[in-house]
Amino acid sequence: MARRLAASGALADVTGDGPLMLSLPDIRCAACISTVERALEAHPGVTSARVNLTLKRATVEAAPDVTPEALIETVAAAGYTAHELDSSALSSTATDKQGRELLMRLAVAGFAAMNVMLLSVAVWSGAADATRDLFHWISAAIAIPAVSFAAQPFFRNAWAALSRGRLNMDVPITLAILLALGTSLYETAHSGEHAYFDAAISLTFFLLGGRYLDHRTRAIARSAAEELAALEVPRADKLVDGAEQSVNVSELRPGDLIRVRPGGRMPVDGVIAEGVSELDRSLLTGETLPVFAEPGREVSAGEVNLTGPLTVRVTAAGKDSSLHRMADLVAMAETTRNRYTSLADRAAGLYAPGVHILSFAAAVGWYLYTWDARLALNIAAAVLIITCPCALGLAVPAVTTAASGRLFKKGMLIKSGTALERLAEVDTVVFDKTGTLTLGTPEVQGVGEYDARTLAIVAGLSEASSHPLSRALSQAVATAGVVAEPVGDLVEVPGYGTEGLWQGRRVRLGRAAWVGAAASAETSAWLLMEGEAPVRFSFADRMRPGAEQAVQGLRQAGLTVLLISGDSEPAVRAFAARLGIEDVMAEALPDDKVARVNALTADGHRVLMVGDGLNDTAALAAAHASISPATALDAARVASDIVLLGEDIGPISAAVTTSRSAVRRIKENFSIATLYNFIAVPIAIAGFATPLAAALAMSASSITVSLNSLRLR
Amino acid sequence: MEVLAFLIPISLFLGGIGLAAFFWTIKTDQYDDPEGDSHRILSSDYDDHPKE
Repeated sequence: MARRLAASGALADVTGDGPLMLSLPDIRCAACISTVERALEAHPGVTSARVNLTLKRATVEAAPDVTPEALIETVAAAGYTAHELDSSALSSTATDKQGRELLMRLAVAGFAAMNVMLLSVAVWSGAADATRDLFHWISAAIAIPAVSFAAQPFFRNAWAALSRGRLNMDVPITLAILLALGTSLYETAHSGEHAYFDAAISLTFFLLGGRYLDHRTRAIARSAAEELAALEVPRADKLVDGAEQSVNVSELRPGDLIRVRPGGRMPVDGVIAEGVSELDRSLLTGETLPVFAEPGREVSAGEVNLTGPLTVRVTAAGKDSSLHRMADLVAMAETTRNRYTSLADRAAGLYAPGVHILSFAAAVGWYLYTWDARLALNIAAAVLIITCPCALGLAVPAVTTAASGRLFKKGMLIKSGTALERLAEVDTVVFDKTGTLTLGTPEVQGVGEYDARTLAIVAGLSEASSHPLSRALSQAVATAGVVAEPVGDLVEVPGYGTEGLWQGRRVRLGRAAWVGAAASAETSAWLLMEGEAPVRFSFADRMRPGAEQAVQGLRQAGLTVLLISGDSEPAVRAFAARLGIEDVMAEALPDDKVARVNALTADGHRVLMVGDGLNDTAALAAAHASISPATALDAARVASDIVLLGEDIGPISAAVTTSRSAVRRIKENFSIATLYNFIAVPIAIAGFATPLAAALAMSASSITVSLNSLRLR
Repeated sequence: MEVLAFLIPISLFLGGIGLAAFFWTIKTDQYDDPEGDSHRILSSDYDDHPKE
């Protein structure tokens, strides 16, 4: 049992450190489960391991000295990749409990509804006198306790709204259920003919079904978003008396010294104390050109160290770092978006007062006509039941569940409830360049223009280095079919380049200044052979797969596509030309991006922002809807409504079309429900609504709208 | 019609057993890993103490 709870993350905050969690992205078969579990359990210090295939996670209970790194190696030895998950970022406990509670209520309502319906069938088919009364009493005995347990969420919400002097969807629902139960109980006590117990309980059942669907969609999105956040375990290597120690970033204080390895991301803001390297700042500024880093230079959290190891003195960590300050900005911008009222809320705004007025008018009218309070109340209850808000309560969640399920399969994660509706309204798309339409990895331009000898020497020099430009070069040369020349005495000079001896001549591959060439605006590396002029290799960012498809698809859907980037003008222009985007803005500061998005909004456009970096974050939050890739910075992912899980950006255009058809379905469902009401409400007001008619009208409209939702493509 | 006096309690009781069983499955987290459980049943590992 304990292990079970741990597997769902419920125990994580009970037992001090909690179990270790690993994410296993490529596990999918029965054999994988036992292989991984056996491998983990054989690891010294591990008491138990359990794999959850649905969540693709392993939960490991182990002695405190077992490190996640060691477990990851164990799993790797068994043939699977694993990543550490920060269990404190996974807070599934509360949502789990809520979902379980809803499911329990749904089960009770379903059980009661079936039994009461069976009894009602007997009454409808002609049971009379004592038999009918007995059946009514049994129905009451089942329905009243069941409703008082199952319908509690509606009662609570209705009370919360009423005590603030407002009306919401749950007020008419609560009123309908209570009035139906009350009048039916009174009727039963007086041997009356009509009792609406079946209607009250099945109304509860249908609406709970909608609530549960809604909850599940949200819970899945939330747990996937949490998993993304949990994958980035905030660790840093702190230098204590010259020795490295792995600590949590939250424990770092200004003045601490940390070590950042090549390829590592800066966990904090700071000043370089020691070491020479290059920094990739593209996530923060959108510039693709690596920046030279030397002692004394300020660095901010989120930058990536490229070549040499750096020692950084912390100036601001955690809440004070630039990343977190940005998150505050996002929170401010988010409030504007929260003002968006969803279609369902807008419909409920019309529906709730309308229904109340209608049933009140019917009751008053009948009372004045017959002076019979019992009949008037009966009619009011019938009107409330027949105008069941099933289309609102069931159809909208059913459509959003179907749509977000579909998008999830395509690799998109919907984080916000109204995101689909907002996405459907979009008419302009603003793309960021670096990291969004490109992968942020360099690609050599025009390999064929260099002679084979140059390429061979470049390959020989670049093979030894792990710098992204070197790797791109050696890969490009290998694909060109050129064999690397052996270069001796290879030395990598961090921050500058690689140097070696080739046939007795000194050769260098590196920065412009180092080889004595003039710097250029484009990302480039230079090859210098002693006695020859330096040769330039220029790089462009590799285009993200599906970028062309996405831009084309969005154009076909009738959207205007813009490109705004923080990168240099020529680089952005060249890239935009490849994709055929005409409206381009380069060297944009974060403020420029927000200003442009706001200007477009002021002109009456609905903007979809697609971006990944810190410089896009404010624009993402300001736009009508926003998408960011999973590789984006945490702050950017938080600010956006939809996260692209895969590398391919192509599904964006599909997301727009899917959201449009989802909104069309929702509107269709409203029309269907309105049509039902147009037919049924006059019947109810005229006093012809028997419990059978009420049950039929309600079930029929609920089932039609649910089936219509499932037609979503 | 006297048979109703037995039939209705019996049908409610049987339905109640189903409901209780469903509660039990929720309480013991049997819906946590539906995909994994459907594979685990096919696993050929034999053990005296199946994983909880």
